[in-house]
Amino acid sequence: MVIAELLDQIKDPEIPVLTIAELGILRGFDVVGSAVTVTITPTYSGCPAMDAIKADITSILKGHGFNAIIKTTYSPPWTTDMITLEGRAKLGRIGIAPPGPRSAVRCPRCFNGSPRTVSEFGSTACKALMVCSNCGEPFDLFKELR
Amino acid sequence: MPEDGSRMTEALNCGDDNLVIAQRLAEWVSRGPDLETDIALGNIALDHLGVARALLGNVEEGRTEDELAMLRSEREFTNLLICEQPNGDFAQTIARQFLFDAYQLGLWEKLSRDSDEILAGVAAKALLEARYHFRFSSSWVIRLGDGTHESRQRMEAGLSHMWRFVDELFEKHPDLRPKWDRRVDDMLNEATLSRPKDSFQRGGGRDGFHTEHLGHLLAEMQWVARAYPGASW
Repeated sequence: MVIAELLDQIKDPEIPVLTIAELGILRGFDVVGSAVTVTITPTYSGCPAMDAIKADITSILKGHGFNAIIKTTYSPPWTTDMITLEGRAKLGRIGIAPPGPRSAVRCPRCFNGSPRTVSEFGSTACKALMVCSNCGEPFDLFKELR
Repeated sequence: MPEDGSRMTEALNCGDDNLVIAQRLAEWVSRGPDLETDIALGNIALDHLGVARALLGNVEEGRTEDELAMLRSEREFTNLLICEQPNGDFAQTIARQFLFDAYQLGLWEKLSRDSDEILAGVAAKALLEARYHFRFSSSWVIRLGDGTHESRQRMEAGLSHMWRFVDELFEKHPDLRPKWDRRVDDMLNEATLSRPKDSFQRGGGRDGFHTEHLGHLLAEMQWVARAYPGASW
């Protein structure tokens, strides 16, 4: 229980409102004495946030007297369907449109549909850059990957 | 044992392909023709690098991904020749990426069903990303091919330059060729381009026989690791 609460404090460094559990990249953990094996999976293969997340897990567990062993698994591959409902709601609240089919994407500011894609590749590997055709707001879309 | 050995070779080969093309694409960072393509090429490079790390980290006991990437010589690299070819102009880079993406789409589909758990896991993940890469590269083949006189000439030149390396893609996976042909032809049709003429085909990358470009690429990629052995962040 304590471990789960500790891990729940770990946020994605590039989307710091989301915990790694909400993002769906925490696959589980296993405690043997003071050793905690944490299994995570990357969002995108080259996601540079993974190294920061591993360091955060190690450091928070160490602060509570645990030794972290971090395993990375690729199977089954992460998809945006693994983002929790709470995670999707949080994304919307900070102005990132949650993943979904391109035709269903709505502006996170005015909720108008049919935004225009400016760039398939946005500020991070997991996002595309959109602009709202109603209010003109440029916004990030968490790209659907499935 | 032979089964294990061939899986290791597959992981090394794919790891090398992705590492080398990632390094090439990274050369575009801050030099892209516009901000969108600059970021796109950088992101695609990161995906390739991530795949390379996942594979090279599991190739053999006792050698880390860093040692494999930074301390092997040119003759020990097994990447396909197309991956090491210089960027040239933007159209030449797009030609290389388009032909390679179409190959990796088929390869990852196949390897995602492999009996080796790590290889299949990495392939299943890479397949999702390869679809994005192919969408990017093929949309540029269409824009350039069906664009202005200048952009069309450059796209044709890029494709014809890279065409001498396509047979090598299928040396070990001849079964992937028919689907690759269809994928490539469909996009070329849409781009109003025709297939480059079949020319003399180069090969040898898998056996460590490279074009003159790989040595220069490795020199730039490896010099820090070699100058400061064991250095870390």
